[in-house]
Amino acid sequence: MSFVQVIFYLFAVMMLVAALRVITVRNPVHAALFLVLTFICTSVLWLMLEAEFLAIVLVLVYVGAVMVLFLFVVMLLNINIESLREGFVQYVPVGILIALALFVQMIIIVGPNHFGLQDSVLTIGPNYFAQKNFAYPAPAAAEYSNTEMLGRAIFTDYLYPFEIAAVILLVAIIAAISLALRKRTDTKRQNPAQQIQVRKQDRLRIVKMEAEE
Amino acid sequence: MIDQAMQSVLGWWQLLPGGWRLLLWNTGKILLVMIPLMLAVAYYTLAERKVIGFMQVRLGPNRVGYHGLLQPFADAIKLMFKEVILPTNADRFLFLSAPVLVLGPSLAAWVVIPFDEGLSIANIDAGLLYILAVSSVTVYGVILAGWASNSKYAFLGAMRSAAQMVAYEIAMGFALVGVLMISGSLNLGHIVHSQNGGILHWHLLPLLPLFFVYMISGIAETNRAPFDVVEGESEIVAGFHVEYSGITFAMFFLAEYANMILISALIAIMFLGGWLSPLQGIVPDSVFAIPVIGLLLGHGIHWLIFKTAFFMFNYLWFRATFPRYRYDQIMRLGWKVFLPITIVWLVIEGLAAYFKLPPWFN
Repeated sequence: MSFVQVIFYLFAVMMLVAALRVITVRNPVHAALFLVLTFICTSVLWLMLEAEFLAIVLVLVYVGAVMVLFLFVVMLLNINIESLREGFVQYVPVGILIALALFVQMIIIVGPNHFGLQDSVLTIGPNYFAQKNFAYPAPAAAEYSNTEMLGRAIFTDYLYPFEIAAVILLVAIIAAISLALRKRTDTKRQNPAQQIQVRKQDRLRIVKMEAEE
Repeated sequence: MIDQAMQSVLGWWQLLPGGWRLLLWNTGKILLVMIPLMLAVAYYTLAERKVIGFMQVRLGPNRVGYHGLLQPFADAIKLMFKEVILPTNADRFLFLSAPVLVLGPSLAAWVVIPFDEGLSIANIDAGLLYILAVSSVTVYGVILAGWASNSKYAFLGAMRSAAQMVAYEIAMGFALVGVLMISGSLNLGHIVHSQNGGILHWHLLPLLPLFFVYMISGIAETNRAPFDVVEGESEIVAGFHVEYSGITFAMFFLAEYANMILISALIAIMFLGGWLSPLQGIVPDSVFAIPVIGLLLGHGIHWLIFKTAFFMFNYLWFRATFPRYRYDQIMRLGWKVFLPITIVWLVIEGLAAYFKLPPWFN
């Protein structure tokens, strides 16, 4: 086994164990942290695939932003994990079904034959797993820049899907904000715009008083 | 080239297998950055006490060594040998790993900092993103420290820091978008190169609002005064690290100062031309050819250090002069002032790029 393979298996195993711990661990804060570990291991695997941009963005967006807010909420809410575990047995068959469906989908969609690892296109069948030992894809040249290539692909060939995704995200943001926004009249808060508009004559009253004996 | 140089110094270098040579070489590079950095952190703590002391017409530490110059080592030795106290019902593992999670990223970010022409540990194309990603991990250490301590003050500090760091990270990120728009690259070395050609070509002038946003957000991001509500010693004792003692506390301390130096270096690199000399284009080129004076006035690592030191001094100056912000004012500044400023400036920058505004966008 080469050094690269050792690293791959190390992080792959770590990722799977962490992903499993996300759903088995009792403490919700620990579960969120295991999810963070899963993301970081995934990002290492992506780095090994020379997808540096995606790997860094995964850490930046999911670890740096999404999971921080997630952890924030989990810590504040003090979730009772026992009540969430009720009815586990009831949902197991559905869960297994969904997991299987996802598994099959992934094999079909992200199978090795889509990445030029094989001469002939494989068909789904009993021989699917028979052909093993794919050769390593040739590593990219030293001056290859994953960031630049990705930018080029997104802003030329895939411009419309990219823009559509952006608009969908914008709609989602507006929907989330309008759902969560509510005007509360009973809270005591300061309006900074009003605060800075205050004039002297609004607040200050000069009273002339006679000197007392 | 590297192999030949090392072979001439160490006779047994060629006998090592290739992987080991690479490992040793990289470890050496890391040590070359890490040791000066740690010394800088140590003396930055002394500088802070001295500078603030002088600003408040006091002397500052002056007992240990000549004018207190050995004070950082005295502090380090004291903290190392103090007992690490675990609070009751603390989450032991997370409590002890939180300082590591804070210190680790603030040191790891130095990997991509270019100190001079081609002088960085790793020259990666997504360097700017790498720094953003790595520094966004720091917030975990702070949150976990607050949560794992099983203390109300620490938890309040952690909550404050989570909200504050997330808010200012966005403003910082947008300021960086401006930098990458003008330089056309995420590579920090290329960003410095795009500012070549004299003091007018630096990003400082075209990105002036983003420069101020980045500088102020940097102070908020490192939880320094006047945005230090996370620690807020007059409100919540010491915030997230109230339960830490000894070496674990020292690690939070080190991380804070390493982060301050990092942000200062980043401002110098992204807005003030990094290692580029400000005299370029002002004095005739023949001056740079004079043996010693040319070396001092020309491009070089000393300019980066000088610019970094200026922003490091600013941190201390702000702490000595500004009163602490109120918490809601901090959030307002981040979300309602800085974020709109950066977005508006990105639009203006886009227009400038479209009309090829000289000398920055041609």
